Amino acid sequence: MLLPAKVLLHPAAKLVVFALCAWPFAWLAWNVFQAQAGNANILGANPAEFLIRATGDWTLRFICIVLAVTPLRVLTKTPPLARFRRMLGLFVYFYVVMHLLSYSWFDMGFDVADIAKDIAKRPFILVGFSAFVLLTPLAATSFNRAIKALGAKRWQALHKLVYVIAGLGILHFFWLRAGKNNFAEVSVYAAIIAVLLGWRVWQAIKKKRLSSPVGLRSQLSK
Amino acid sequence: LKGAKSAVAGAVTMEKITEYKDASTYNNYYEFGTDKADPAKNAHTLKTTPWTVEIEGLVKKPGKYTLEDLLKLSAQEERIYRLRCVEGWSMVIPWVGYSLAELIKKVEPQPGAKFIEFVTLADPKTMPFVGSRVLDWPYVEGLRMDEAMHPLTLLTFGMYGEVLPNQNGAPVRIVVPWKYGFKSGKSIVKIRFTDKEPATAWNKAAANEYGFYSNVNPNVDHPRWSQATERRIGEDGLFAKKRKTLMFNGYEAQVGQLYAGMDLKKNF
Repeated sequence: MLLPAKVLLHPAAKLVVFALCAWPFAWLAWNVFQAQAGNANILGANPAEFLIRATGDWTLRFICIVLAVTPLRVLTKTPPLARFRRMLGLFVYFYVVMHLLSYSWFDMGFDVADIAKDIAKRPFILVGFSAFVLLTPLAATSFNRAIKALGAKRWQALHKLVYVIAGLGILHFFWLRAGKNNFAEVSVYAAIIAVLLGWRVWQAIKKKRLSSPVGLRSQLSK
Repeated sequence: LKGAKSAVAGAVTMEKITEYKDASTYNNYYEFGTDKADPAKNAHTLKTTPWTVEIEGLVKKPGKYTLEDLLKLSAQEERIYRLRCVEGWSMVIPWVGYSLAELIKKVEPQPGAKFIEFVTLADPKTMPFVGSRVLDWPYVEGLRMDEAMHPLTLLTFGMYGEVLPNQNGAPVRIVVPWKYGFKSGKSIVKIRFTDKEPATAWNKAAANEYGFYSNVNPNVDHPRWSQATERRIGEDGLFAKKRKTLMFNGYEAQVGQLYAGMDLKKNF
């Protein structure tokens, strides 16, 4: 067990996780405030670029974090971890909205026609935007009543979209960096996501083998 | 390093000068890393003395010129130029140097010389990212002879009244104010006169994105983004709309005639 269940199930645990997840945003917001006031800040010479990148980075990081919950829960035999999954998933959405907002505001000045042209013109923006669009129904169906209304099976099927979204996120980042042939960071994220998804594939294969009669027989004959 | 006021037309813009801190910490100099903060952190290893520039190819007076030779070759002038990066940001920088034409005249190009190639130092010992796969090293840039001879094309030794910081291309670099920044090679060790268009670093890396000419042109978009607007570093606030990019970066009156009759969409 990763942490004692008592700690993870404590009512304050969710608050702590929430605060941790909100921290990067608060830190960025604080620096924007400092920059506007003319004080020292981390945003550098090109604050717009910094904020667009930082919110994008945090989106990818939260995708990795949320995809790590289930493997971590199973491998460390810590069932209570599951209770943080919804909040972590919603933070993915929060950061992607901030990312889209930063781009639309700081880069495009909220010019809708320009944004539409830009999305059509630049494949990597189209890919990123698609990931945002696909993520929207997931965020919208994250509350209990939506799960009930959809039925657990359909809800789960819908939320499998997160694997596609993770792939699109990586492709978006890869394409951005392709202009400079600079894939060091991209490969780190890609490797993490590959491991997390690979683990799921491996689990699924194991389960299938165990449940099929042939698999069962071969297991028994060992 | 002080420069006298330049008399060349268009050489001194009256716009607000970018802060030295921004101009010296927000750089593209991939030999020292691809993040814009990297060059300022890493370029201290660059050894700028002694420094020689080799002049070769189709010239009557080839040979090695020391930095001291070059510094003395003509009177230093201050040129306040707009700098427009292909990535969509811009600065206003007071450079110190003299027209590259002075050096070209001195070394006497042969009649066959149609282009000039500028080679940047590629020393893996002092430049940690030489050898990374980003570009084919050394960094090579080039100009057509008439572009190189234009009085605005500056052989540059300083900025803000001081010698160039390493991250800005010390000890000697080229500045071509009407072209995207990457056309202005840094830390030059070789100047070669040729009869053929040089194979330049970014053009070799992505020919469909970075043309040989790469004149600043709001009407010709980069394949992956618009070039119609730009953000002036340190001046255009986070919440301000980006400013319109000017044809030839605002130097159309001075350089427009170099491209008369050329299809600038094709020769981007």
